[in-house]
Amino acid sequence: MKFSITVTLKKDVLDPQGKVVENTLVNLGMNNLKSIRQGKYFEIDINEQDESKAQKNVDEMCKKLLVNLIIEDYKINKL
Amino acid sequence: MKSSVIVFPGSNCDRDIAVALEKMKFKNQMVWHKETILPKSDLIVIPGGFSYGDYLRSGAIAGKSLIIEEVIKAAKAGCLILGICNGFQILTETGLLKGTLLRNKNLKFINKDVHVKVINNKTSFSNKYKKDQILNFNIAHNEGNFFTNTEHLNELNNEDLIAFKYCNDQGAINEESNPNGSLENIAGIYNLKKNILGMMPHPERMIDQLISNTDGVNLFSSLLK
Repeated sequence: MKFSITVTLKKDVLDPQGKVVENTLVNLGMNNLKSIRQGKYFEIDINEQDESKAQKNVDEMCKKLLVNLIIEDYKINKL
Repeated sequence: MKSSVIVFPGSNCDRDIAVALEKMKFKNQMVWHKETILPKSDLIVIPGGFSYGDYLRSGAIAGKSLIIEEVIKAAKAGCLILGICNGFQILTETGLLKGTLLRNKNLKFINKDVHVKVINNKTSFSNKYKKDQILNFNIAHNEGNFFTNTEHLNELNNEDLIAFKYCNDQGAINEESNPNGSLENIAGIYNLKKNILGMMPHPERMIDQLISNTDGVNLFSSLLK
């Protein structure tokens, strides 16, 4: 069973990389650009047939290692 | 006084800290991260470097290594733990210290000597310093921008858990003297029991006049019983 995880910085955490990317795009003429926040993306293939169990396992992976809950939020999607 | 320095793939300040500890008469041992038994130690040091190439987040992978379980047990039993630079990042990833270290505000790797002020001089790590003493320490990091939630920030202030703050040569703590964007210019913090210190500056680089200065010596002499 495959899942994707998107990790983003929380709203009130400064994202200097996103800011630089944003400024560069504005310099390239993308004047309607409002803002950019940069994040991380994972694809996970898990050996589990029961979807709710699998979802629980992936959630545990996020909490244990993939996400720093102090500064990051995450979203899990079934692929 | 017995010390152990934990070594990860990518640690690069492990030998510097070993030299500093031996110079200060600690009986030091190096401990590889795959070990599962920690030698009896009064002090455990997690050194600076780029453990696991900073993959995922600085310190994230090292923070889940085998020996870290033993370090956490020792910390809970009251053993003194010092995390310098990447060591500080690792300590936050293990949960032994709260908060985290974000990318420097200016997005640059910063390697320079900065001034820090001793905020709490009553701990096992700082009792040989004077309160508000201004020290000259080297910093060398890409992720040193200390960040935490309001609740923890209040706890740090109310419980006197801030070890050092970045300042200028006159001791002024302001935006100009903040090299990396850290909240309230924080350069180092303690846990509630004050047996764990995490700091971004490198005291082990400041132990000999010949190569820098001796501002780091008192941190190690404070630890000696």
